[in-house]
Amino acid sequence: MVGLLQRMGASTLASLGTLGRATLFLLRVIRGLGELVRRPHLLVQELYSVGVLTLVIIVVSGLFVGMVLALQGYYTLVDFGAEQSLGVLVALSLTRELGPVVTALLFAGRAGSALTAEIGLMKATEQLAGMEMMAVDPERRIIAPRLVAALISLPLLAMIFILLGIGGAYVVGTSLLGVDGGSFWSQMQAQVSFTDDVLNGLIKSVLFGLAAGWIAVFNGYDCLPTSHGVSRATTRTVVVTSLVVLGLDFVLTALMFD
Amino acid sequence: MENSRSMELVVGAFVAAGLAALFVLAMQVSNITAFQRTDGYTVEAYFQNVGGLRDRAPVRMGGVPIGRVSGITLDPARFEARVELTIDARYDDLPSDTAASIRTSGLLGEQYVSLQPGGMPDSLEDGDELMLTQSALVLEDLVSQFLYNQSGDGGDGGGGSE
Amino acid sequence: MPATQSTGESRALIDIRDLSFSRGGRPLFDGVNLTVNRGEVVAIMGPSGTGKTTLLRLIGGQLRAAAGSVFVAGEEVGGLSRRDLYRLRRRMGVLFQSGALFTDLTCYDNVAFPLREHTGLPESLIRMVVLMKLESVGLRGARDLYPAELSGGMARRVSLARALALDPEIILYDEPFAGQDPISMGALMQVIRQLNDALGLTSVVVSHDVDETLSIADRAYVISEGHVIESGTPERLRDSDSPWVHQFLHALPDGPVPFHYPADTMADDLRRAR
Repeated sequence: MVGLLQRMGASTLASLGTLGRATLFLLRVIRGLGELVRRPHLLVQELYSVGVLTLVIIVVSGLFVGMVLALQGYYTLVDFGAEQSLGVLVALSLTRELGPVVTALLFAGRAGSALTAEIGLMKATEQLAGMEMMAVDPERRIIAPRLVAALISLPLLAMIFILLGIGGAYVVGTSLLGVDGGSFWSQMQAQVSFTDDVLNGLIKSVLFGLAAGWIAVFNGYDCLPTSHGVSRATTRTVVVTSLVVLGLDFVLTALMFD
Repeated sequence: MENSRSMELVVGAFVAAGLAALFVLAMQVSNITAFQRTDGYTVEAYFQNVGGLRDRAPVRMGGVPIGRVSGITLDPARFEARVELTIDARYDDLPSDTAASIRTSGLLGEQYVSLQPGGMPDSLEDGDELMLTQSALVLEDLVSQFLYNQSGDGGDGGGGSE
Repeated sequence: MPATQSTGESRALIDIRDLSFSRGGRPLFDGVNLTVNRGEVVAIMGPSGTGKTTLLRLIGGQLRAAAGSVFVAGEEVGGLSRRDLYRLRRRMGVLFQSGALFTDLTCYDNVAFPLREHTGLPESLIRMVVLMKLESVGLRGARDLYPAELSGGMARRVSLARALALDPEIILYDEPFAGQDPISMGALMQVIRQLNDALGLTSVVVSHDVDETLSIADRAYVISEGHVIESGTPERLRDSDSPWVHQFLHALPDGPVPFHYPADTMADDLRRAR
């Protein structure tokens, strides 16, 4: 019993310590952001590997999520004779919740894990230490552009995801289910609000981008410089990002759509 | 590095695609355009009860959308809901005794304002009031009215006043 | 505060005084004194696990001493602000044990990296400098290869070219000979000594490869158990009457450093295992 309590205390202290280190790390990275303004090509390169390379999975998932939503939504709505509200249902689900959340989860699996592994391996092979001794600050040269790239990429990916989802739902709805295309679109336009729905979704995805990027680069930077340490850090990135995104989503939803 | 140029191009295209998606969501999916499309005229109608009618709900005549609800407020003097209807400028020839009613599309669908044309020769102008209105059907009222009529055994017809 | 040192910069480029440092509760250094003069090749030797690499990190300011001080070019490394530390590091080059080359860049881009980061030189000038540095380690022809395509010795030479890119005054070598075949070992030895003399560098070589290190060093320190056990010219070390130094230099399996890790007697251990 005492042993259990002691272990709980120890792990609590350890996670508090990690949180503190992560926060200090984030502050240092933010303080070093100025260099990025002078050298935008660093950011371009990371936008490519973080954003563009994640695009394929986002495009495919967006289409399919939209199509499935259309099918499921239709069979529920048709019981109430409200199948022309399909567009509203799909658009609201995607802009408010599914777009930001699913994009962030996919992002963690595709880009977040890659970021952690890359930084962790650079640490394990002394590349980060070597950079430091070349008087190049890895937090500015390596970490900052990756964090900012995640922050920029995730909202863009989420918007693409949402739009393609609505497009997929429209195609399935009109061609397969016989929903009238005009009322699909017009009802959606009538019910979806830019500020309440689209903008809130955008804000969510920006915050998710910050969380996903922060967790990924910190886990890489903080990992044990061994092959086991890197692999554990990569797994932790995906798990922690997913949990944080879901928790954060609950809080944000509660705040935004009271 | 030769490929840095093509990488910049791809990244540029990616950012443009994301921003374009946001733009389409703003302009086509959500109703941000409803704020801007003011090329029409506004008339007002008073209802005792607007039910679940929302701002920017469609205004239809004969089932065809011809405008939007542009404002719902409570008139402090009449204690009635004042609903502003913005009607597309194309339909500038509606009879001045056009009637408005609040309807529901489907059992659980959205509520909209339905206009029924009258027979007067002069047409509606900006700022006119629609004199003939029918409030939204509120389910609870209908149910209680039904029960009241049942229990009253042939009833006194006190319910159906609208 | 970067207190200027009384002995002056003229001779001692690196001056370590009463250095103490411990990691994980285990003291690695306990009152180490060490001086590296300008233009010298100084070897720091000792068995694995004595913290030789840690010593280099203390000199480079990646770690801070628990007690004592590390002066580099008259400035106390531990007391420098981040900006001053980075300025000082530009005067140092470090050759890491693994090479620490950037695996996603070619040799050429690896050597060009510090130049692109720190100088605003146009690409045509950078090209000239990079080719010169690669030529000085004999690998100009390998400039388009990636680190994964190089042998270990070649990777270390590329890494050396990169460390030399900014024309540092001090080069720190971390185990330059570990795991090298005789040919690349010979090449590395030659490069280290020649570069030091031709460019007027000051070199610190951390190693446990006794013969190779001593053959290129002007002076050497032998460190064990957190103390400097012996120091001086290679000849003096070879003539040392310390049994420990004798064992280390002649690679004897047993002596003051026991072959066995400290333990109870074998018989006790076996009896307990049941």
